[in-house]
Parts: sequence; C-alpha cells; structure tokens
Amino acid sequence: MAEHTLDARNLNCPLPILRAKKALKDLPRGDVLVVHATDPGAVKDFEAFCRSTGNELVESKTEGNEFVFRIRHTA
Amino acid sequence: MSERPNAKRLSMIVTKGSLDWAYPPFILATTAAAMGLEVSMFFTFYGLNLLKKKLDLSITTLGNPAMEMPLMGMHLKMPNLIGMLPGVDAMASKMMHNLIKKKGVASIEELRTLAVESDVQMIACQMTMDLFELKREDLIDGPVLGGAATYIETASQSEINLFI
Repeated sequence: MAEHTLDARNLNCPLPILRAKKALKDLPRGDVLVVHATDPGAVKDFEAFCRSTGNELVESKTEGNEFVFRIRHTA
Repeated sequence: MSERPNAKRLSMIVTKGSLDWAYPPFILATTAAAMGLEVSMFFTFYGLNLLKKKLDLSITTLGNPAMEMPLMGMHLKMPNLIGMLPGVDAMASKMMHNLIKKKGVASIEELRTLAVESDVQMIACQMTMDLFELKREDLIDGPVLGGAATYIETASQSEINLFI
C-alpha cells in the first residue's frame, strides 16, 4: 500500500480536483494519494469528489496555510 | 453517450464567448468528467467562439455593472460609461488575463484540452456555423456538428441540464 504525493499548491478550482483525478487513475487500488493544496475551496470539494467517485477520504487536515488530503484509491 | 449506461450525465448549452463566461462551462465539464459523469456540451451562437483553434478571449465592462478589478489592495470599479472609451475593454481583458495567471486559475485553453482528454462530448451548432460563416477547419478537432434535436436527445437522457 504505497503512498504517492501530489503537489497542487497555488492551483485554483478546479485544478486540484482534476490533477488528483488524473493521478488516482494511474494508482493501483488500495494505494493512497496525498494531495497538498492551498485552495481553501478544496476542503469541501475533495469531500464531494470522494463521495461521488467512491474513493475513500482517509484524512483531511490543515497544516499552516496548506490543506492536506489523503485519498485511498478504492473506486 | 452510452459507453457507461449507469453513469450520471450532464449536458450544457454554451451560448457565450467572452473570457468570463467561458469559465463556468469548462470548469463544470472537466470537474463532472473527473467525478465520473458523462458530459456533453452544445456550443451555439457566441459559444462557438470557444471552439476556435486560436482563442483570443476578452471581457467587456458594458452591461456588467458589478465588475470590479482588484488593484493594489483596492477594488477598481468599472463603470459602464468608461467601457465605451476605446481601449478600456482591451485593458480590462489584459488585467483579467494577468489575474488568472497570478492566482493559479487554469487558462481556458488548458481547461478545454482537459475536457477533450476526458472524453467530454462537444457538439458545434451547425446553424450557427452557417450563420456566422464558420468552417469546420476553423474549429479544434473533436467537436461534432449537430443541431437542436441532437441536443434534446442528449438532454432528455441527462440528470443535469444547464444553459450558460
């Protein structure tokens, strides 16, 4: 169960979601994608994205000015 | 539109061809595709402008009294009256393009490429092509030509239908 990192810092809506989707597609099922973003709108958007696509949002947290999402590729 | 019969569907009519109005359809189309929806965009009237190979998109202050541009920590009002002066729309468009870059907002070219790559179906309105004397080769590869019936068939099978 490997972890992969995606740098979505300084990208605005909808790019963090689009980049995450692209990255998830190439990940084996069960692997985790860690997304670093600075767009505050991404917090609700990643919740909605994961609910709709069936991927598991393992963690969503704020670190200073950054938002970190851990998404398990389960869809 | 039936590659994945269980997928939800979004259809859009895209009627506007200015820089600001280009964003909602392409943002929603790419996001919906990323969320697993099948997406169809019908480009008609000025919306067809967004399918041209070379995009040269601008905004106008005219008819848009709410427009304000952030400038040096303030907000610059763009009264309708000054929009009639030569060069004002060009200046406002340049400011908008600069802001887009600075704020990490995707360009329309980028979003359009992402939409094509995510298999968003694009339909160019044949009647508008005739009306404005546009040729197929003026448009990017990908869009198919169609009319109202093509859109209605798609829309009648879609959970979400938007007119933008």
